[in-house]
Amino acid sequence: MEPTIYASLEDVTLSFGENVILKKCNLKIVRGAITCIVGLSGAGKSTILRLLDGLIEPSSGHVYVDGHDLCHTPERKLVELRQKTSLAFQFAALLDSLTIGENVGLPLREHTALSDEKIRHIVDDALESVGLRHIYDSLPNELSGGMLKRAGFARAIVTRPELVLYDEPTTGLDPIVTNLITDTIIRLRQKLDGTAVVISHDLHSIFRMADYVAMLFEGAIIAYGPREEIRTSSNPFVQQFLTGNEVGPIPV
Amino acid sequence: MRILERFGEQTIAFLEYLGGIITLIGESIRSLVHAQIRYAETFVQCYELGIGSLLIVLLTSLFTGMVISLESAQQAVQYGIGSLVGGAVTYTSVRELGPMLTAVVVAGRVGSAIAAEIGSMVVTEQIDALRSMGLSPVRFLVVPRLLALAIMLPLLTIFADIISIVGGMWIAQAYAHINPASFISSARQAVGFDDVVKGLLKSFIFACIIAFVGCYQGLSTRGGAAGVGRATTSAVVISIILIFGTNFIMSYFLFGGH
Ligand SMILES: Nc1ncnc2c1ncn2[C@@H]1O[C@H](COP(=O)(O)OP(=O)(O)OP(=O)(O)O)[C@@H](O)[C@H]1O
Ligand SMILES: [Mg+2]
Repeated sequence: MEPTIYASLEDVTLSFGENVILKKCNLKIVRGAITCIVGLSGAGKSTILRLLDGLIEPSSGHVYVDGHDLCHTPERKLVELRQKTSLAFQFAALLDSLTIGENVGLPLREHTALSDEKIRHIVDDALESVGLRHIYDSLPNELSGGMLKRAGFARAIVTRPELVLYDEPTTGLDPIVTNLITDTIIRLRQKLDGTAVVISHDLHSIFRMADYVAMLFEGAIIAYGPREEIRTSSNPFVQQFLTGNEVGPIPV
Repeated sequence: MRILERFGEQTIAFLEYLGGIITLIGESIRSLVHAQIRYAETFVQCYELGIGSLLIVLLTSLFTGMVISLESAQQAVQYGIGSLVGGAVTYTSVRELGPMLTAVVVAGRVGSAIAAEIGSMVVTEQIDALRSMGLSPVRFLVVPRLLALAIMLPLLTIFADIISIVGGMWIAQAYAHINPASFISSARQAVGFDDVVKGLLKSFIFACIIAFVGCYQGLSTRGGAAGVGRATTSAVVISIILIFGTNFIMSYFLFGGH
């Protein structure tokens, strides 16, 4: 069966001033699958997630999510559309005036009519699923970077969105928690029957969870395919990236 | 050519700024009309902003009332019109200095804090996180601050008016032997209830200026910690200039006709 496409970038060009980040970039996100994006640091991976969340607009081209064109859409409409998508930020981006519990529960409190008790319960579960306990009442500035990152992860999954965008969810975490997070991504994907896009540098966890892998290089997706296809790809760029070789077509 | 080019750039920048502020005002009004108000947050802001600014507002107004009284009493007694000092002090306090000074003090203390707080939220992606969760930063952050300022600034102004009159009365008595009864009766003759209301209307408008400029500077912060610093400084500078300009225009229309 042909996979259906949940979201896509079509000929997206994006520049900040003189600096061109994406050049005619095309990417398809398959519905109900986990797509991992890999690429060099500064290649524009986070930028792609921000595009998919409608936080920024491309200079030209189109971004589609679940049939909606996010470009030239008024912010008011985007605010609505974003409730189906969530983004786990690379640096957590928790509101520092709220406690961890309030942060994680915020989308529930704002968008649902659930009771405080029920929200507390869901939040505790979400925190538990990323290995965090007893920090409900802590403030963000009292936690380590890795703990913040996991709390940000919990906030992204707490509303059970159709599309979850994870920006380097395991970078900087210990191997045990990395496994826990990877498992959580896989488990949630199955349980919610949703779609996920994961940016990661961790090849081990990529090949554990990815259904599809896309490689971003110099502003475009230069390799895309099912996990196994990428793993065994003869593309010299992909080979160099997977082996971490300093010699090859990718300049160091 | 260079000059023309620069002029063009500056005009565009100015129009962009104006457009940005107008959009922000529009969105805030939308939020208010739809009664999308976070009451708890508004209350917290009222408290922090009001209680936090009270002492400094009282002190500046006290000394201002005292100095006006000092200057005018000296002159007045010389010309034998000491009984008019109460009017002079009250008149300038209620119509001009009360609303202006309070607004300038609050712009420095609260406008800067708003720009700094929102600016650092931009830099650490917290604003993006709000938008990503489908929450409007305008409803979430701007409206509570706007409401708090619009409620508290007129209240602070009332305190400022009172204390500057009291300070003036004290100096008039101590320095020029003008007794409080005559000070008050002169004040009542010179200033009507409508003057007080017009003064408070001014301070309401100043509140909106401080809130919108502070929030806008915060939300348009670019470039790290240095950017937050710039946003804070410009919030204060721009709102103080706007307060002075608007004060003149409002005085012209409210008090100029008669
Ligand atoms: N707001 C911005 N203004 C100017 N340049 C930006 C902005 N945001 C990102 N960039 C630039 O875009 C490029 C891509 O940034 P992005 O954060 O998407 O990289 P990334 O692939 O996520 O990198 P990393 O793996 O280090 O997180 C970078 O060169 C960065 O300098
Ligand atoms: Mg990134």
